[in-house]
Parts: sequence; C-alpha cells; structure tokens
Amino acid sequence: MDFTALRLFLKRLFKRKLVLFAAIVLALVVILAIAAPWVAPFSPTGMKVSQRLRPPSMVNWFGTDEFGRDILSRVIYGGRASLGIGMAVVLASMIAGTTLGLLAGYFRALDNIIMRIVDAMMSLPDILLAIFLVAVLGASAGNVVLALTIVYTPRVTRVVRGSTLVVRELPFVEAAHVLGVSTWRILSVHILLNVASPILVQATFIFAYAVLAEAGLSFLGTGVPPEIPTWGTMIATGQQYADQAVWLVLFPGLAIVFSALSLQLVGDGLRDMLDPKLRKAL
Amino acid sequence: MLVNIARRLAAMLAVMFIVATMVFFLTRLAPGDPASLMLGDQATAADVAQLRKTFGLDQPLIVQYVLWLKEVASGNLGQSIFLQRPVLQAIGERAEPTFFLALFSILIAAVIGIPAGIASAVWRGRHADQVASGLAMLAASIPSFWLGLLFMQFFAVRLGWFPVAGYGDPGAGLVQRLYHLVLPATVLGIVNSALITRFTRASMLDVLSEDYVRTARAKGLPEHRIILRHALGNTLVPIITVVGLTAALLIGGAIITETVFGLPGIGNLVVSAVLRRDYPVIQGALIVIAGIYVIINFAIDVIYTLVDPRVKT
Repeated sequence: MDFTALRLFLKRLFKRKLVLFAAIVLALVVILAIAAPWVAPFSPTGMKVSQRLRPPSMVNWFGTDEFGRDILSRVIYGGRASLGIGMAVVLASMIAGTTLGLLAGYFRALDNIIMRIVDAMMSLPDILLAIFLVAVLGASAGNVVLALTIVYTPRVTRVVRGSTLVVRELPFVEAAHVLGVSTWRILSVHILLNVASPILVQATFIFAYAVLAEAGLSFLGTGVPPEIPTWGTMIATGQQYADQAVWLVLFPGLAIVFSALSLQLVGDGLRDMLDPKLRKAL
Repeated sequence: MLVNIARRLAAMLAVMFIVATMVFFLTRLAPGDPASLMLGDQATAADVAQLRKTFGLDQPLIVQYVLWLKEVASGNLGQSIFLQRPVLQAIGERAEPTFFLALFSILIAAVIGIPAGIASAVWRGRHADQVASGLAMLAASIPSFWLGLLFMQFFAVRLGWFPVAGYGDPGAGLVQRLYHLVLPATVLGIVNSALITRFTRASMLDVLSEDYVRTARAKGLPEHRIILRHALGNTLVPIITVVGLTAALLIGGAIITETVFGLPGIGNLVVSAVLRRDYPVIQGALIVIAGIYVIINFAIDVIYTLVDPRVKT
C-alpha cells in the first residue's frame, strides 16, 4: 500500500480542524463500543434495585436507570448495537445501490425501470417506509438492517447513476471499449473507481441517517426488541421516567447526536476534499 | 410545453402504480392471515373461511391484486380491520393535526433555514458561515423524538408554558388545538431547517457567481440590493422546491413527533395500525402519503415549466 498517498489524503481531509475533531470523536465512540466489555465500569444488565434512578455521581457518571443499571455502561454497550446496525446498513446499501446505479447509468434499457422504482420508493418518507417494512418482516435487529437497507439503497442508486452517466461518456471509457475490454470489466473497474468518491461521501451520511432511523424505530416499538440495549431503546424505555430522572433520556440521546454529527462532519470534509469543483473554488 | 407536462403526468402515474404494487405484495409477505386476524382467537375455521371468501382472499394472488388495483384506482382504499370504517375516512379524521403540524413546522424551518442559508453563502468561509453551517449539521443530527422529550420536560412539565401532550379536549376551539402544536412544530421545524439551510446556501452560492451579479456589482449597486433583489430572486424557485418537498415528506415523516406528543394525526394512526397489524390502514396511508408527495412534486415541475423559459423545450 502506498502510504504517501494515504498521508496526503489524511492531511488534506484534516485541514479543517473541525473535521479532525469529528474524526477523533467518531473513532473514540467506535473504540468504546468495540472494547465495551473492558471499558464499561459495570455490567449493562446488572440490576441493583436499591440504586434505582440515581442522578449522575462519581460512581455512576451518567446515573442509573429504573432497575439501578449503570447508564454509562449501557450507553457504551448500546453503541455496539446502534453503530453495528448502522454499519451493516451502510455496507449493504452501498453494495446494492452501487450495483443498481451502475446498471441504470450504463444500460439505457434498465435505466427507466430501475429509476421509476427508485422514484416510487423515494416518494415515501424514510421512517414511514422503514416502519412498514419492519412491520411486514417482523421486528428483529436483522430485519431492521434489511428494512433500512431497502430504504437507503435508492439514495445510493441515484447518486451512482448520476455519476455513471457522466463518466461513461468520457474518452477513456470509449478507449477501453475500442481496446476490447469487456463491458463487465469497464463497469466494475474503470467506471466504479471513478464514481467511488461520491459513494464514499454518501456512505458517511447514510451511516448517520441509519443511526438516527434505528433509534426512531426502536423508540416507536417497531425496531429492535427493548431488551437489547441500543440508544433508541434506552430512550424509549427511559421516557416514562423522564420527569423524575431526565438523565435516562439525556445521555443515550447525546450519544446519538455526537455520533451522527461527527459522521456528517467527516462526510462534509470528504465531500469538500473530493469534489474537484469545490476544490477549485476554495 | 404540454408534451412536457403530459410526460410528467405519465411518470407520476407510473410512480403511483409502482407504489401501489409494492405496498400490495409486501403486505402479503407479512405473517398472519388477515381474516383470522380480524376475527380473533375465538373464531372457528368455518368463520375464517367465510370471511376469506367475502374479502376475496380465497382467490389467486394475481386476481386479488387486479381487483385491489381497480378499487384503489377508483379511490376506495378498503375497510380498516379495527376501526370499523373505511380507511379513507379514518385518514380524513386524522388529517387536521398532521396538516397543521406539517404547515407550522415547514414555516418554522423556512424562517430559520432561508436567512441562515443566505448569511452563510454571503459570508462564505467566514465565522457566520461556519456557525450557520455547523448549527445546520447539528440540527440534522438530533433525533426529533429526543428533542421532543427534552422540550416537553422543560417547557411543558417544568415551566408549564405549553400543554404536555395531546390535541386539546374534544370540542376544543381551533386556537386551543393549535396551541398544542407549538412544541411539536418547533421541534420538527428545527430538525428540518438543516436541509433548507444547506440548500439555500448552495443555490445562493451558484447564483452569486453568475455574470449578472458581477454586472450588478460593476454598476455600483449596494451589496444588500444585489443579494436581496438580484440573487435571492433567482434562488427562490429552487428554495420553494425544497420547501415544498420537505413539507410533503413531513406529512408522513412527522410520525415520531406525533407519537411523542400524543397527537391524534396520520402518523399516530399508522403506528397504531402497525402495532395492531391493521394492514388495510397501513396500505391506504402509504398510498395517500406517496400520492401527496407525488402531486406536490408534479405541481412544482409544472410551475418550473411555466416560470423558467429554459425548461420549456
């Protein structure tokens, strides 16, 4: 691997201090979630009824919930499910959306069909479509991933198709044709590499949206079952105690805000850096 | 021009057809037979069979689909399983809070988003831009239900300035009902202002680099006049587009906020239908909501065609 290129990439990306800060926050959240069993001060499920609804203190930094469970530990463990679901949605919708977008952008015959379906799906609000799909599929973490993948695939498709339409007209694609490169190889190598940057930018934004949407679904009771601690289920179960113990709701929500915000800031930084039009203007 | 509009109309019908098809077949994937669901646990097999026949559920799937499409095309969205009334009527009864909520939210979002977007384009790269763009991104990262719960705790429970939840007593006057919408509309307005800020900023930046803006500057016009008359006038159409589409998406997207604040709107209807597996209501609501979005989209396209001479060809 060429490390000079990577270093140059990171240097340009982190030219804006805020983007660097966001990337650090994001890395921290991800590391905490992965290392949860070692870094969480308490068990996320350990109940201590005598300690219930305690406000934040030196022992329980984020306070305790209605069963006396430590909220900090639950927020750290909750990141595993929330970020894990977000990551899975990003990967799956990138693969599906990129494939469909390349096909729609390259083959005129498929374009009309694929894009009409994309239009139809985008005529429904994200959260409504997600609720409907989870209702049909059944509420489980896997089905939440599937539903959100179906919701976000059209966005990726639209972006990839748009870029493909531009790239396919460029002389190097024609040259590849003339040289006898197979259509499959042109699509999967020549065009894909040239539409990679908008895909990468979309990935960070969809990650943020997916974390928010998962929380929303869990909050409505149409997402991950409440016994799995995710940031959304914590807010959902915490809301009935909100008037006496607002920290039950406050901290998982802040975890969502910080994650989504840093993802979007990193995405914004990537876009500024990768979009040649913007770069020239800066 | 007419050809263009006709083509848009055809695309709109195609989208609605796909939505209807998708909704029908996906619903059939769901576990559980609608007839036994409707009759409950106590029903005999004969009762279930009888009901299946009444609803045409014993027919092959494709026949059911064609019959259903015909009904939908003629405006009949079927009967709710639990509410004992036509789906369209159930949606109509819940339309008012959702409509006003979407309207007020979009007004608040526009009042925040448009000036913030203009400021951040005009002072691009400066502190004002960083603050406005940063706040927009923050707003887009806040889960609406979380902000709703916090607002409710602070402004309604602690300070008592606003009602905690609901839509007023039955028979409450319009003012009283709208008063219940202040908090939810503020929450949704803040969360949705982000998109409008970003969009206004981008369109404004586009226009500010146009030749006629440079000409206006060369003529020595004052800067505020250039921005408010020459530039803003030309960004209004794209801004109105994004405001219109956001408003359309809010009609279905307000689901979570309606649930937090216990508003008896369409979103609340959908959530309870999902929890009770009342499929006709879910199907009907999806079709109505997609329909509103598609119609607003179509209206915007037609306005574009009428206003912008470049689209006419």
